[in-house]
Amino acid sequence: MSKIPLQFRHNGRDVAIFVDGGTNLLVALRELIGDMTPKFGCGQGGCGTCGVLIDGELHLSCLTLAESVAGRSVETLDGMKQGPNLHPLQRAFADNFAAQCGYCTPGMLMAAKALLDRNPSPSRDEVIEAISGNICRCTGYEPIINAILAAAGGRVSA
Amino acid sequence: MTRHRGRGIASINYPIGMNLGGDPSQALVHSNPSGKFTVALSSIDLGQGMKSVTRQICAETLGVPVEDVYVDTADSDTGPHCMGSFASRGTHRVGNAVMAAAREARGVMMEAAAEELEVNAADLETDGRGNIHVKGAPHRSISTKDVAIAAQFKQGKTISGRGIFLVPLSEVNPETGEMSPATCYAHACLVAEVDVDDETGEVAMVRMDSAYELGRALNPRLVEQQLVGGAWMGVSHALYETTEPHYPEAVHGPRDFVEYLMPGPGDICPHDIAVLERPAPDGPFGAKGPGEMCANPVLPAIANAIYNAVGVRIDDLPITPEKVLRAIKAQGGARPQARR
Ligand code: FES
Ligand code: FES
Repeated sequence: MSKIPLQFRHNGRDVAIFVDGGTNLLVALRELIGDMTPKFGCGQGGCGTCGVLIDGELHLSCLTLAESVAGRSVETLDGMKQGPNLHPLQRAFADNFAAQCGYCTPGMLMAAKALLDRNPSPSRDEVIEAISGNICRCTGYEPIINAILAAAGGRVSA
Repeated sequence: MTRHRGRGIASINYPIGMNLGGDPSQALVHSNPSGKFTVALSSIDLGQGMKSVTRQICAETLGVPVEDVYVDTADSDTGPHCMGSFASRGTHRVGNAVMAAAREARGVMMEAAAEELEVNAADLETDGRGNIHVKGAPHRSISTKDVAIAAQFKQGKTISGRGIFLVPLSEVNPETGEMSPATCYAHACLVAEVDVDDETGEVAMVRMDSAYELGRALNPRLVEQQLVGGAWMGVSHALYETTEPHYPEAVHGPRDFVEYLMPGPGDICPHDIAVLERPAPDGPFGAKGPGEMCANPVLPAIANAIYNAVGVRIDDLPITPEKVLRAIKAQGGARPQARR
């Protein structure tokens, strides 16, 4: 099968790769670009840990055809921190012990960022709604909800 | 349709570790020429915080800053043997092994420092900030880094230590059946409040209040994190998780983790936790273990709360809406019990 050339923006940088037809975005990001921050959990849209933003909107990269992001902007956790400084959401996750094994964390952070980018002061219910496609096996969710609310409220350590 | 509120309580007495042929864990501690220490373990940290807590235990025992200790749990082929991370045994068993190893390494470090300062090792103390000085004479001091360099390049000594902690196998007395399977017990009590819908059989968590006695909390935030997450797992076991039901046919059962139910962020409830610290005599700095036991009281407390709400006793997990509904039907309707 012939390869398909594909260009898109990856965390603000133009990238060009060749993909096989049918390759999903998660595989393209991890194996072809080397960005390991989106995780493989289920590969079928059930866990949310592969979440990325496409033109600012949350998508499950395991269910996204790589070709469909041609010319678009893809944001992953790898692009979240600003230089050496953690993003306020990342700080808030650390402050609130919102990660244990950390496997859900990339998806949780991307889902939270998508929420705060469009709604900077969400209610608790809106936070719950925003992460309800993401499974966490360790934390019991409460610390994650608290972290997102803390980041929204500006209550994060320097 | 009526929603019935019910409250249930459960208390547990939880043995730390297990008793299958003895319960050992080992640790090795060594200093690098930079004066930093590495703890080698094959005990795995799955996110509970064992690396943090063994790092604290090692630093405290050596008398060095916590930043100077690195815990390597990377490889069970190269790390010293551990039975595993289960049965709430990590902090207690591995922590004790790390403490023993760090004590031995500290002995060598103090000897090496004594040689450099030309004093008796017994007259030295650590300041916890990376220096070793003569008791009562803090100006006669040497940094742990300089000690490490001297040990490595001048004295030809390895600043290192070995540690094992073993709870030996307790045999069963054939006459009486008596045995002593654990040396250390943690305790907890939890009150669960639920709403049971007598038309759908659904159980919704309303709130939980709990008290945990788990020895000294070496890292209180990690302990709290364990208790919050563990209680959620308890709710999950009590009400959701199963590879069944597969009625009427096995093919209707869940096939993978996408179809395997767990409570989501919208199904959780407020949980108020009190941590009681009663140091364990044989625990590292008095610690027991908050691991597995933090899920345990949740299940019976929820089963009791359901009984309190609608008068049905479900003794088969998970307590699915179907089981609740069938039981309510069988007894001819919900029979709320007295609230205490
Ligand atoms: S890996 Fe994409 S949703 Fe689970
Ligand atoms: S921290 Fe382990 S899955 Fe969320």
